[in-house]
Amino acid sequence: MRLPGKGLNQGAKPVTFGFNGRHMMGLEGDTLASALLANDVHLMGRSFKYHRPRGVLTAGSEEPNALVTIGTGGEQDPNIRATQQEVFEGLEARSQNCWPSVERDVMAVNDLAAPFFTAGFYYKTFMWPAAFWEKLYEPMIRNAAGLGALSGEADRDTYEKAFAFCDVLVIGSGPAGLMAALTAGRAGADVILAEEDSRMGGRLLAEREEIGGKPGHAWAAEVLAELEAMDNVRLMTRTAVTGAYDQGTYGALERVSHHLPRRHSLRGSHLPRECFWRIAAKHAVLAAGAIERPVAFRNNDRPGIMMAGAVRAYLNRWGVAPGERVTLFANNDQAHRTARDLHDAGVHIAAVIDSRHDAPVDGPYQVIKGAQVCGSAGRQRIESITVRSVKGEEKVQTDCLAMSGGWNPSVHLTCHLNSRPQWNREALAFVPAEGAVPGMVTAGACNGTFSTAGALREGAEAAGKVVEALGLKSAAADLPDAEDDPYRIAALWAVPGKGRAWLDFQNDVTVKDVKQAAVENFRSVEHMKRYTTQGMATDQGKNSNVAALAVLADATGRTIPETGTTTFRPPFVPVSIGAMGAGAVDEGLKPQRFLTSHGESDTRGAHQLEVGLWYRAAYYPKPGETNWRQSCDREVTLVRNAVGICDVSTLGKIDIQGADAGKFLDFLYTNTFSTLKVGKVRYGLMLREDGFVMDDGTTARLGETHFVMTTTTAAAGQVMAHMEFVSQVLHPEWDVRFASVTEQWAQFAVAGPKSQELLNGLLDEDVNSGTWPFMGCGEATVLGVKGRLFRISFSGEHAYEIAVPARFGAALFRELLKRAEAMGGGVYGMEALNVLRIEKGLITHAEINGTVTAFDLGLQGMMSKKKAFLGKAMSTREGLMAEDRMRMVGLKPVGAAKEITAGAHLFTPGDPVERIYDQGYVTSAGYSPTVGHPIGLAFLKEGPDRIGETVRLVDHMRGVDTLCEVVSPVFFDPEGGRARG
Amino acid sequence: MRIACPLCGERDRREFYYKGAALVRPAEGADLETWHEHVNLRENPAGPLDELWYHELGCGSWLKVTRNTATHEILDVELASEAGLGGEK
Amino acid sequence: MAELTAKSPCDGLLPVTIGGMSLTEEQPGNMWIVAPFKEQQDALSKALESAHGMAFPAVNRTTGKAGSRAVWFGRDMALLMGPVPDAKLGKHAALTDQSDAWAVVKLDGNGAEDVLARLVPVDLRPQVFKRRYTVRTELKHMMASVTRTGPQALQILVFRSMAKTLVHDLKTAMEAVAARG
Repeated sequence: MRLPGKGLNQGAKPVTFGFNGRHMMGLEGDTLASALLANDVHLMGRSFKYHRPRGVLTAGSEEPNALVTIGTGGEQDPNIRATQQEVFEGLEARSQNCWPSVERDVMAVNDLAAPFFTAGFYYKTFMWPAAFWEKLYEPMIRNAAGLGALSGEADRDTYEKAFAFCDVLVIGSGPAGLMAALTAGRAGADVILAEEDSRMGGRLLAEREEIGGKPGHAWAAEVLAELEAMDNVRLMTRTAVTGAYDQGTYGALERVSHHLPRRHSLRGSHLPRECFWRIAAKHAVLAAGAIERPVAFRNNDRPGIMMAGAVRAYLNRWGVAPGERVTLFANNDQAHRTARDLHDAGVHIAAVIDSRHDAPVDGPYQVIKGAQVCGSAGRQRIESITVRSVKGEEKVQTDCLAMSGGWNPSVHLTCHLNSRPQWNREALAFVPAEGAVPGMVTAGACNGTFSTAGALREGAEAAGKVVEALGLKSAAADLPDAEDDPYRIAALWAVPGKGRAWLDFQNDVTVKDVKQAAVENFRSVEHMKRYTTQGMATDQGKNSNVAALAVLADATGRTIPETGTTTFRPPFVPVSIGAMGAGAVDEGLKPQRFLTSHGESDTRGAHQLEVGLWYRAAYYPKPGETNWRQSCDREVTLVRNAVGICDVSTLGKIDIQGADAGKFLDFLYTNTFSTLKVGKVRYGLMLREDGFVMDDGTTARLGETHFVMTTTTAAAGQVMAHMEFVSQVLHPEWDVRFASVTEQWAQFAVAGPKSQELLNGLLDEDVNSGTWPFMGCGEATVLGVKGRLFRISFSGEHAYEIAVPARFGAALFRELLKRAEAMGGGVYGMEALNVLRIEKGLITHAEINGTVTAFDLGLQGMMSKKKAFLGKAMSTREGLMAEDRMRMVGLKPVGAAKEITAGAHLFTPGDPVERIYDQGYVTSAGYSPTVGHPIGLAFLKEGPDRIGETVRLVDHMRGVDTLCEVVSPVFFDPEGGRARG
Repeated sequence: MRIACPLCGERDRREFYYKGAALVRPAEGADLETWHEHVNLRENPAGPLDELWYHELGCGSWLKVTRNTATHEILDVELASEAGLGGEK
Repeated sequence: MAELTAKSPCDGLLPVTIGGMSLTEEQPGNMWIVAPFKEQQDALSKALESAHGMAFPAVNRTTGKAGSRAVWFGRDMALLMGPVPDAKLGKHAALTDQSDAWAVVKLDGNGAEDVLARLVPVDLRPQVFKRRYTVRTELKHMMASVTRTGPQALQILVFRSMAKTLVHDLKTAMEAVAARG
């Protein structure tokens, strides 16, 4: 019920919103919870396990009960806390975990079967028979699990990620946070003040108290105005700091547009739903406040039973009285403010029940001291409570019970780097350990300091320390006068008695469940948690964990500090996967690398293939070709018979210069490069330090101290890092410099018997085998553009690679294709390139798979005996040169099925097809139009010694089982005359 | 996590690549046992450990980072080129 | 005789203007990596000064001016943008042509730093990242160089092949920043 003239939202615009299809009025600035309470709606959801009717308990992000779903289809957001969701015109929210309606929920029968669902129910029930696990139990559990549901459709919203930096991150904007931000801001520090609420001020918005002679909220508004005017202060509302990480990194979730009508956040309008911030802060002041804890008593979960502090917040901030006949149950002085504030607002206080005999009397209403509430009654809303005192039990009629068992400091962030909080016996609360997070200081209620004056003082002190550490000058703190009452409290966790007394409202865990866990010897708090599911719901037990461990301590005869807390882990509030993975959808998933020839390949209908980040043409279908093999066969044949063009720019190209460049390459490669003549290219093999092959490629000598290396596409980044490692870490004394030139040059293979003829139409100076012998290189001018020409071959044909600055890549590619086609040749893609190299037994990273040695590849001759090279020592290990290693061979099918598949395994005919009989595996395979049958490269035990033998090839994945003949890996032109000629 | 690169300044860990323990390379010609130890055997201390990180998306420096594996505190960062990890030549 | 026509990395992708910010492709002319050989940095700096009127830049800084600038480009490395390096520099440094290797764009306007805050894990606010400042960093998984070239202007370089992704990511962030108003 809205009380006229009350609350901080005077004059706010009315808005219409819907809840479970019913339309109501709220005020701008309302949360969904305050707006529903203003409309006398308490029943907001159903509990997880027993589907018990539940009302709103709190007024903050810790809310366990009032979770709603907003939106439908691709915009559906479940588990939105009604206590945080702001109302806006047209908001439609609905309850969760109930059917057909929140009032009449079929699954509420679970509540009648409650004795059956005790602690450890899952572990005891779903054990036998094992055959039921997957077919029956799991689907059943999955169906029942979770509160809100996703729609199953792709998320239509956008999310973003962002980075922020500051000297001081102040977390929380209550009196401690505001004072800290003000102190640091005035001293000139670079400040971020983050507040999860939509409005800054913290408890000052919820209490009727004065600071410096004016209302607390008015003081807060003045401070905020001053902060807002400072260039060095950034205010972030709706931003919950979710985690503390190493070296002053903090995660924070900003709810950017949850408070706006949906059309603002859809794709096309660009306003993200949420933003996940990574904040790097030199220092942090944690002023996160505290969370009030309930008291466990029989049926303490009825709608209308709320936290005392939340009742004050609804009254003082939003002008809403959650009941007309309110009772209060408390164990501390502070909670009595709820009765006082309600009474002053004209709400009837039916009774104040305080467990302490020395409870204060603050107003003209009945205060029952030394008493406890031991039960509640009512259907979907509380109607009465039972009070037990020395006089016996009595019933009190009430439509709202405000309860308070004291406050738990929000120590969460102080524990994210493995610190454990410490028990404070006076405050009956866990408080942060000193220095829990490097660079973080704590202030105010999160530190166990519950008075406003204490919060202001600690906020100023915390910021003072930070300002000093930053080397800035801080003005002397002038602390305004404020409430400085002592925090008086007596322990009260659970009221003894029969029936179910609730601890974790969201996961339906009772006092009895925790005791049961202790009886079954789950005495460790971490075991109890998992056995009962206490604190494992979306609210992570923010209200209830401390009470649960107090109950466990009692049941196991230990003190609370002996029992200890469970581990606090990020995030502090739930973070949607959408926000964590923000931007990583569609094109935003990863960088896409496009070749200069990409456009022309697309025009020709090329089938594009993702190779790492690169897009490369796999094959270029011609009209009439109905499958890729036809295109591939044609492309292979045109290279063998005429001339083919292929974009090979993706190969890593590294420019190497310096006086020690030759020496460096000698160390990097197994073979020698310092003796290579200028204008020549040599094939090289690189090992890892453990003696296995790392990469291969060609390196050209362009000048006395100038080389250019090519790496495989796959290993380009790895090889660059490796070279930097060798040069910086292993041989910093050598004078050698690197630069990646992969992107500088567009490089095309021109391969085939007509390649020379084609080039001679393009180059300013003709080439012939005299001027450009096999493995020759140098500068060449192509149609007036200075480029580079390498006479190398990955196809076994007379071939060149021609490179021009990338800006000319597209034009040169088109020109090359035009000329090749005129000569009966044309373009070829990755598929043909692969077949061409398999025909020649040339390796790629399909063969260099990390387990292969130079010996396995038949390249042991490339390992120089005359010089040191990286990996040499380990490559001499006996096992790396053993005759029975799996070594590279070629395969040719001789069985009924003429098929070879990469990944297939090889067996000796007659042996069982079992792992222990495995003789090897196929790494590359393809159909060779040149030799007219499928061919493959494989690693086979004692391979080269078994040429001519028959092996059995088995591929269970593709259902291939056939016989192959072991042959040389070079299927075509074994003498190499075509490439050299 | 943030690492203070001696060249670039303090940077987010996403700019770095982690290699592993920072060890002095054995001399060329050291026996196989020594090489085996260098390549395969590692201490796994709960405490300070010298590690190699590569500032791949920054300046391209290899760094020797001394990090407490238990607290994640970074105790020291130096350029690996000055750390003498190349061993006897 | 046929001629080869040149195509810039962001051909067909730029310019775009969103919410008072503009994203344009820059035409920096020549770009060469100048990497001093061992113990040659001082000599190189002198040679740079006499040939091109600018010193070798300190870490995270630039020298020179628009049209002829040396941008620190990593460990022992600067990117000379504008002129072709004088041959004399070759005595002191490895010179590598990068004129075609990088997509170079300029993000200009109110909110430019907010856009990059969504993509780059480095503090680029004007009070911290001033004129003549530069960084090597990542831009949403891409190796990047970012340089302040004006009060609200930042020059960004990524590999040429990633130009489309760069424009996509910058546009997406520009739209999100503009939508916040």
